[in-house]
Amino acid sequence: MIRYLLKQVTSGLITVYFIATATFFAMHAVPGDPLMGGKATTPEIRANLQRKYGLDRPVLEQYTTFLSNMARGDFGISFTQHNRSVNDIIREHFPISAVLGLLAIAVAATGGVMLGSITAIFRNRLPDRAIMVLVIFGVSVPSFVVAALMQLGITELNRLTGLSILPVGGWGEAGHLVLPALALGLSTLAFLTRLMRSSMLEVTGADYIRTARAKGVSPTGIFFGHQLRNAVLPVITVLGPAIAAITTGGFVVEQVFAIPGLGRYFVQAVHQLDYTVIMGLTVFYGAYLVFMVILVDIAYGLIDPRIRVGKAGGSR
Amino acid sequence: MRRPVHAILGTVLLASVVLIQGGCTKRETRDILYIAMGAEPPELNSTKATDTESGMVLGHVMEGLTRINAAGMQVPGVAESWKLTDQGAVFTLRPDARWSDGRPVTANDFVFAWRTAVDPKTASEYAFILFPIKNAEAIVQGRLPPTQLGVAARDDRTLAVTFEKPCGYFLALTSFQTYFPIREDFYTAQQGRYGSDKENLLYNGPFKLTQWIHGAALRFEKNEQYWDQARVKLKRIEVPYITADDSARFNLFKDRKIDLLGLSKNSLDDAVREGFRLKKFAEGSVWFLEYNFISGRLTRNKNLRKAIQLSFDAEEFANKVVGIPGTVPGISLIPGWMQGKSAPFRSEYPVTAVGRDIEKARAYMAAFMKEEGLGKAPSLVWLTGESPLAAREAEYFQNLLKTVLGIELKIDKQIFKQRLAKMMAGEFDIVSAGWGPDYADPMTFADLFASWNENNRGKWKNASYDALIRKAQATTKAAVRMDSMAAAERILLDEQPILPTYERSVIYTHSDRVSGIIRRSVGADPDLSEASARE
Repeated sequence: MIRYLLKQVTSGLITVYFIATATFFAMHAVPGDPLMGGKATTPEIRANLQRKYGLDRPVLEQYTTFLSNMARGDFGISFTQHNRSVNDIIREHFPISAVLGLLAIAVAATGGVMLGSITAIFRNRLPDRAIMVLVIFGVSVPSFVVAALMQLGITELNRLTGLSILPVGGWGEAGHLVLPALALGLSTLAFLTRLMRSSMLEVTGADYIRTARAKGVSPTGIFFGHQLRNAVLPVITVLGPAIAAITTGGFVVEQVFAIPGLGRYFVQAVHQLDYTVIMGLTVFYGAYLVFMVILVDIAYGLIDPRIRVGKAGGSR
Repeated sequence: MRRPVHAILGTVLLASVVLIQGGCTKRETRDILYIAMGAEPPELNSTKATDTESGMVLGHVMEGLTRINAAGMQVPGVAESWKLTDQGAVFTLRPDARWSDGRPVTANDFVFAWRTAVDPKTASEYAFILFPIKNAEAIVQGRLPPTQLGVAARDDRTLAVTFEKPCGYFLALTSFQTYFPIREDFYTAQQGRYGSDKENLLYNGPFKLTQWIHGAALRFEKNEQYWDQARVKLKRIEVPYITADDSARFNLFKDRKIDLLGLSKNSLDDAVREGFRLKKFAEGSVWFLEYNFISGRLTRNKNLRKAIQLSFDAEEFANKVVGIPGTVPGISLIPGWMQGKSAPFRSEYPVTAVGRDIEKARAYMAAFMKEEGLGKAPSLVWLTGESPLAAREAEYFQNLLKTVLGIELKIDKQIFKQRLAKMMAGEFDIVSAGWGPDYADPMTFADLFASWNENNRGKWKNASYDALIRKAQATTKAAVRMDSMAAAERILLDEQPILPTYERSVIYTHSDRVSGIIRRSVGADPDLSEASARE
C-alpha cells in the first residue's frame, strides 16, 4: 500500500511538472502583453513595469525562476490584482468553490444513486420514464442556462409571493447555496442517474441476487446488502474526476449568482494574460485533479475488496 | 421491492426540507444604498489605479485638491483656494481637511503621493498624468531622483507646484486619482501592502471602507472626519454583489436587492416591459475607426478614407447598430459634452456633419483605385473586439462597404489583450477603437493624434496638427488653447485619420427610494456621495 501510494504520488508530481511547463510556454507563446492596458504607456513606464514583474529577463530565466519559486510554494503576485499574491487568491477563493462544489457533488451523487435505483426498480414504468425525461434535460441543457433559468424563476417567485424565499444571488448565508449547488450539480446528477440505472439493471439480473432471493433474504436486505453496493462501483470511479471538475468548473454559475469563487479568477486571468495567476491556478488545479484520482483509487479498494491496491500486478 | 423506495423518498424529502431554509431577515434600508459592481476593484493604491472600478471606489473614499461637483464643475476639495500662473500653481489647503484617523491632511501628503507616483520603483501606468509637473518625465525615466519633482510643501497648508511648461488644464488634473494625497508614515507602515485591504488604507473622502471581502462584497460607511459633512446624506453604501453577468444584475434589481442598474441593448427591452424609469447620460467616451498609416497600407490613401466617410451615415449607425437611445452620432473627436472656454466646446467651435453621399463616395473610390492602380476593389483587414456591439458594428460595415464601394472586409475579432497587441504592432487596416477622457479638458482627446502619442495606433503624422497641439500645450490662456485645438480638430476631420462613429450614452435606472445619484463623463462614476435613500 505504502509503496503503491509513493508510486502514485511520484507520477502525480511528474504530471504536475509537465502541466506547469506546458502551460508556461503556451502562455508565453500567446500573442499579447500582460502589462498592456487600454491606454498606451511611454516606453519608460513600460520598462519600469517589465522590470518590476521580471519580464525583462529571457524566457528561460523566467522559467527557472518560476520553477524554483513553485518548489517553495510561491506563485508570486498577480499582474492585475496588484497587491494580492496568487496564494492569497487561492486561499481565499478556493474554499468557496470547494464548499459549493462539494455540495453540488453531494446533491449529484445522492440524487444520482437514488434516482438511478428508482428508475431501475421501476424499469419502463411511469417513475422511470418521468425521471429519464428529467435526466435528458439535465444532460443536454448547459449549467449556465439552468442557472439563469433558476435565477429568473426565483426572482418571479419572490415577487409573486412578496417574500424572499431564496436569495437571487450573493454569498454568506446558507440560503445562498441552494440554487447554485443545484445548477452546478444537475448535469452530473443526470449523468450519474444514467450510469446508476444501467449498472443497477446489470446487477439485478446477476446470479447472486437470485440466490439471495431464493434464500429468503428480504428485498431491503438484498437492495442494500447486494444490489446497491455492487451497482455503485462505477459511480465511485467517475466521482473523483467529477469532484475535481465541479469544484473547479463553476465559473459560469459563480458569475450568475455573484459568488466569489476561484473559477472567475481563472477565466479573468486567461483573458487578461495575468501570467502569475494563470500559472498558479493551473498548477493548483492540476495537483488537485491528480490528488482526487489517487483518492478514488484508495476508495475503490475500500468498497470492493476484490480490488486490492499494492498486491503484485493487481492494482487496476 | 417497495420498502426501499419509501426509504429513499423519505430521505429526499428530508433533505429538501433541510436545504430550503433561506435567510428571510429584513434588511435595513434607511440612508443605505445597495449596488452591485461588475468587478472587484483591482487596485486601491491611488498612485497605481487605472481602471473604472478602482476609480469609482477611490472617488468615494478619497479627495484630491479639487473635486468635480454635480454640475461637472471643478470645485474646492482639500484645497480651499489656489492661484495658477504659466509657471506653476499654489494651493492653500483647508484647515479642517482630515484623514480618517483624525489627523490633518497636509501639503506633505500630496508631495509624498506625487513623488511615489513618478518613482520608477512604483512603476505606475498613470505616471504620465503628472508629466505637466516639472521633472516628472525625467524621474520616470530614471534620470532624476523623485525628490526633484516640481512640488513642495511651503508649510502644512501651502502646496507649491512648478510646471514643466505652462499647463492650462492643470486644475482639471487635480481631481484625478493619481493626484490624491497619501500620508507617508501610514504608507510606509503598510510595508508594500498599501491599498490591498480596508485596514491598509487611510481615507480622507466622504466615505471609508469598513468591509472588503475580496470578490464578494464592499461596505462604505460615512467618514465622520470628512470636512464637508453637509454634503453626505447616506449612512452607508453596500456592495453585496460583484458579478459581470448583466442578467444577474438585472434580476437582483428586479428582486429589489440593488438600487442602481445599468442597461445594455439586450436588457433595455426587458426594462421597458417592467416599467422601469429610464435615465441616460453621456458616458464620456468617443468611438471611431482608426486607419493604419504605416507604409504599404492602402488606408494611407486619402481618397479611400474619404470614400468610406461618404458611405457612412452616423445617424443610422447610432440608431440601428448601437441602438442605445441617446447615443450621439459621431461627427468629431472632441465630444459634445466637453466644455470649451465658457460653453460646450462644440457650440463654440461648431462642426458640420458630413452625411452620406454615395455618388461622391464612389467617385472618391474610383480616384483611389486609379491612383493605386487597382483593377478591383481591395479587401481590408478590420480589427475589432469581442463584444456584441463590436460584432454588430463589423457586420454593418462589412455590408455597407461591400454594397457601396465593393470593398471586402476581413474581420479579425480578438480578445482585449490580443487586440491591443495587434493595434500596437500595426496589424490592421482599420481598427474599431474608443477613447475615454482622463480629465475634463478637450486636450484629453486632442493630443491623442499628435504624432508622439503612444495611443495614436495608426501612426498618423501631420506637422500642422502637431504644431497646433504643441501651441495649445504651451500656454494657460484659454482662448489660445481652445482656438488651437479647434483648428487641429478641423485638420483631423479633413484628413480623416479616424472616422468618428458615435459618442457613448448609458441608460440606467434606479429604485424610487433613492435620489441624488450623479452620473458623469469624467471622474468617479456613479458618484453616490450626494445621494440619499428613504426607507
